[in-house]
Amino acid sequence: MDVETLEIRQHLARFPPFEALSDELLDAVAGAVDVAYFRAGSDILRFGEPIHDLHYVRSGAVDVYRRSGALYNRLEEGDVFGHFSLLRNHKVHFPTRAIEDTLIYLIPDSVFQRLCGEDEQFADFVELEQPRLKSAFEKRESDADMLATRVRTLVGRAPLTVDAGTSVMEAARRLTEDNQSALLVLGEPDDQHRHAITDAEGQTRRLLGIITDSDFRARVLARGLPPDTPVAHVASEHTVTIQSDETLHEAMLCMLRNNVQHLPVLHRRRPIGILHLSDLVRHQTHTSLYLVQRIFSQDSAAGLAALLPDVRQAFVRMVEEGANSQMIGSSLSTIGRSFTRRLLELGEVELGPPPVPYCFMALGSMARNEQTIVTDQDNALVLDDGFNPQRDDAYFAELGKFVSDGLDACGYTYCKGGIMATNPKWRQPLRVWKQYFGDWIGKPTPERLLHSSIFFDLDNVHGEEGFAVQLQDLVAERATDSPLFLAAMARNALNRKPPLGFFRNFVMEKDGKQNNTINVKRRGTAPMVDLIRVHALACGSTAQNSFDRLNDIADTQLLPSGVGERIRYALEFLSMVRIRHQVIDLQRDRPPDNSIEPENIPSSERHNLKDAFQVLSDAQKFLQFRYPLPARRG
Amino acid sequence: MPDYQRPVKRPSDWHGYMHRCAEAARDPRLRRYFRAWNLDGDTPISQAPLAAMDMETTGLDPHRHAIISIGLVPFTLGRVHFSQRRHWLVKPPRPLEAASVTLHHITHSDLAGAPDLGDILDELLEAMAGRLMVVHYRNIERPFLNAAVQARLGEGLMFPVIDTMELEARFHRQSVRARLRHWIGGAPASLRLQESRQRYGLPAYQPHHAAVDALATAELLQAQIQHRYGPESPVGELWG
Repeated sequence: MDVETLEIRQHLARFPPFEALSDELLDAVAGAVDVAYFRAGSDILRFGEPIHDLHYVRSGAVDVYRRSGALYNRLEEGDVFGHFSLLRNHKVHFPTRAIEDTLIYLIPDSVFQRLCGEDEQFADFVELEQPRLKSAFEKRESDADMLATRVRTLVGRAPLTVDAGTSVMEAARRLTEDNQSALLVLGEPDDQHRHAITDAEGQTRRLLGIITDSDFRARVLARGLPPDTPVAHVASEHTVTIQSDETLHEAMLCMLRNNVQHLPVLHRRRPIGILHLSDLVRHQTHTSLYLVQRIFSQDSAAGLAALLPDVRQAFVRMVEEGANSQMIGSSLSTIGRSFTRRLLELGEVELGPPPVPYCFMALGSMARNEQTIVTDQDNALVLDDGFNPQRDDAYFAELGKFVSDGLDACGYTYCKGGIMATNPKWRQPLRVWKQYFGDWIGKPTPERLLHSSIFFDLDNVHGEEGFAVQLQDLVAERATDSPLFLAAMARNALNRKPPLGFFRNFVMEKDGKQNNTINVKRRGTAPMVDLIRVHALACGSTAQNSFDRLNDIADTQLLPSGVGERIRYALEFLSMVRIRHQVIDLQRDRPPDNSIEPENIPSSERHNLKDAFQVLSDAQKFLQFRYPLPARRG
Repeated sequence: MPDYQRPVKRPSDWHGYMHRCAEAARDPRLRRYFRAWNLDGDTPISQAPLAAMDMETTGLDPHRHAIISIGLVPFTLGRVHFSQRRHWLVKPPRPLEAASVTLHHITHSDLAGAPDLGDILDELLEAMAGRLMVVHYRNIERPFLNAAVQARLGEGLMFPVIDTMELEARFHRQSVRARLRHWIGGAPASLRLQESRQRYGLPAYQPHHAAVDALATAELLQAQIQHRYGPESPVGELWG
């Protein structure tokens, strides 16, 4: 081995797929390397150009694009690219650009092919470690749903039908009354039984066409036709229909082929509904809405618990469809609130009406609209000040237990810290809550600070919304004028620190130790939410959601310019890493948790994760400086 | 010194110099080298075949000290052909001094079996032929090679070089900003190879191996051209 290639050899040997090569192969690679430098922003590979080298990032970072221009991957030191094209036709498939000043080691094709031939592990890496194949697979899976779901599942009610002689005014009136956007026009059947259908009375009719909202504009008003014009004159003479057992995918293709947005749906010859393009779109994106409807139609706690698989499915689907953390957080919180509300309704049916008005409060992530699939329940009862413990508490204890047990069955596990309405301390009239909150802000102790960080994310779920609003206002008014409380909260928010850095398959801790899993909630999102809460309290915000709080904070001078945006991006990124790893757990039939394993983090994410932790670390340092402990009062 | 080898005073004189030598050099090896030269000052740097050269020597004075190793890495603006690198150890006429041994880790025993520079001159000139040399700090490689060739053949070997240190100095020592910085008391930017590379995001390499230093120099020139000069720069404006 040449001494002069030692430098290159040692670098290659640190990174897969080179790390496991034999010395002989590693020497062969190191001796054959050529080098090229690329300034930040310059193209390294252009689409369709010939390529004859495996590219290895020695320093810097590059973005790999799809042909469409969409970002496909972000690579850094030790990553390789170009292998996809070398394994195929030696034409660049993925254009690549330097995003930092970048030094590339070029490994000639002859050496690359030798490695593939002689080292199985290397061949597997370059052939199988294909994010492209993975994403193609995921796409198939979500398309599979469109391929498997029948049209009839989206058809809600029977279509409106009118006779050919009906006036357009009458047709418009009936559409308006029924709150629909299209109706079918029927006529007498002809000899050839063309477009023959069976109407509601079982008579054979002929489907002449369809009239939609936009037809009234384009075919009636725009042409200046009078209101008594028969609908047959203006109906679109398209008689494209779809059978109810066709798939959604077929329905979508049918709409595209015929350039229509409404499709009459037939069961054999009987019209059973009209499918609109928006039904397909809603099916693809708003599964959680359907889920909420189903929650409210359940008649028992057991029925609610049976929906757990659907909740998980909706969650996985939202992530796969590219929803961001705010969409997912608010959808899952809506689902959680719906479970809670339905349980309260069922509880009231069982126990009778409440003796005094109450407000069932959600705390923590549900109050912030930031729930994920892994969550315990934090809740409390705020009762009317007319509450008489001897007379009324038995009822509310029972109600609290009913809801808490029901939530546990639905996957919202009991709160280990006892922050639940089943705890008498957290089942109190409004004036006691005001006393609690006042004491916590006025005379903070470690226990009270802990309570503040849980209870000061609060929102009404069911009952007297005014109670929750009064408590929110109280916190916002008092906290902003309490420097001692803010300073104590700020110090409390520094308890959980982000890890130092991320290197391949382990995490560096502050004490220099390595970890092979990281709790991204405890070390990432939770401390971020904590510090955002401190700033929000300082500026008197009544918002509960962290992103809303950042908006309120942005209107003040609390943070230096640009910092709020960085925190927002970092929180979004950390939240999505957490969410995506929960999806991985679900897909592998493991109980989802908040831990991520570094080997499950693509190199593109590793890069950003390091940045996000750095933003958190910087924001924590600033917090300490921004809210100093006030000088001791005489 | 033969008349045809009168020193070059301006960069633009290199063209005529190389052509005179191609006619007048007495040694056939030197003549072959000069005849292979076909670059003129207008050639854009992106079109020029280049080679980065680095030497380890026993000291800094070409007349008292000797070459002990030479690294040569052919390259273009688009690709450093490190796989085609050359590296020679050569035995100095005088013994090594202990001080220089600590610097470059080349010891007496490494050099015991090494050839004299005269014996590798063929290979060296062939590797250099047709390429524009690139060095970091031009007062080492060219004068040492010239002195060594002069001593052996009775005629010298001069050629234009691009000096990456000088290119760096144009920006960091001679620019208006640099003078202003100096004027207000700022420390001048370091022009050493490693510090210059850092400014372009280039990684740290273990120094003092002639082939690795030549690689480092080649990468630095690629970076300087991309950041500061542009691929269309005529070589006549870069060499000296």
